Amino acid sequence: MSVIGVIGAGVMGVGVAQNLASTGHDVVLVDKDEKTLAAALATIERNSRMSRLMGGPALDADEILSRITTAVGAAGAAKAEIVIENVTENWDVKREVYETLDAECGPDTVFVVNTSAIPITKVAAVTGRPDKVVGVHFMNPVPAKPVVELIPGFHTSPETVERTKDLLHAMGKKAVHVKDSCGFISNRVLMLTVNEAAFLVHEGVADAASVDEVFRGCFGHPMGPLETADLIGVDTILYSVEVLYEHYADSKYRPCPLLKQMTDAGLHGRKSGRGFYTYDSN
Amino acid sequence: MSTTAKDQILTFVRERYPQAEIDASQDIFALGFVNSLFAMELVMFVEKTFGITIPNEELRIDNFRTADTMASLVARLSADLAVA
Repeated sequence: MSVIGVIGAGVMGVGVAQNLASTGHDVVLVDKDEKTLAAALATIERNSRMSRLMGGPALDADEILSRITTAVGAAGAAKAEIVIENVTENWDVKREVYETLDAECGPDTVFVVNTSAIPITKVAAVTGRPDKVVGVHFMNPVPAKPVVELIPGFHTSPETVERTKDLLHAMGKKAVHVKDSCGFISNRVLMLTVNEAAFLVHEGVADAASVDEVFRGCFGHPMGPLETADLIGVDTILYSVEVLYEHYADSKYRPCPLLKQMTDAGLHGRKSGRGFYTYDSN
Repeated sequence: MSTTAKDQILTFVRERYPQAEIDASQDIFALGFVNSLFAMELVMFVEKTFGITIPNEELRIDNFRTADTMASLVARLSADLAVA
């Protein structure tokens, strides 16, 4: 089977790489530096060990790691049949990655934009292959979430959509089609909810535990919005809200100052050991 | 050994969930607000605190439901370590 490129070894890239490898795909995982890649492999090994404990299938960590190679720099994915890009939700960073990928990859390589907010048509426009660029919004943790948003851009061809759906199916994912619009379904609603929840804490109306308890106890959500923010990453939440604010130029998306302060202070959630809650750092 | 382990585990769980009354035989996953992500934290806490590596076949949720079951897991694995 041909190799799938995974760009970005953060929370999402790690989940995508693990999901691909555990469903029999060969993966090249790419990031800017060796340290990030080494940490990513350690996380994949740990998550594979924990899979059954978390209600997933029993996984063989060694087998999963044997299907993943790593490379520094986006050019490392040059030979991939499909590239799934998971870098930070920052337009300048994404644009640079796509310019490199477009120059390095073969003409038939499909680029899958894993984004929760950035318009797919905008990404496609910086490449010379807008028909082969498609959006997929994976949810976190990727291996545990069976549904994704699938977003064709303005120029995306039906063949690209089919190839992407085939890969998603092989990964055990069901795709919900959404038209290309900043934030799609999930983030238009979720990010405003998290942002407003942060305002409640910021204004002293309620503490984080109380906000989350209402969502779990009253609405039956498995996790409240601020636990979710810690899982996604407070810095990522801030980016996503800022992207919506910038794109729609609508003040309803103005980011809560608390999210900015937490991001500056390094309180990024589970991945940093502290966010709205404190975690056992390891 | 196991009494100490039990106390340390209970302290860790109570610090994370101060709003709940948790004793050593309480199934923490039955409380309604503890999700499976905390199971992963428990594994890491137990491994780090007691200097053990939990083998894959022991990474079952039933081993982590209560401070009692976690303490007996620690005792069992520490005994294996002592024999080896």
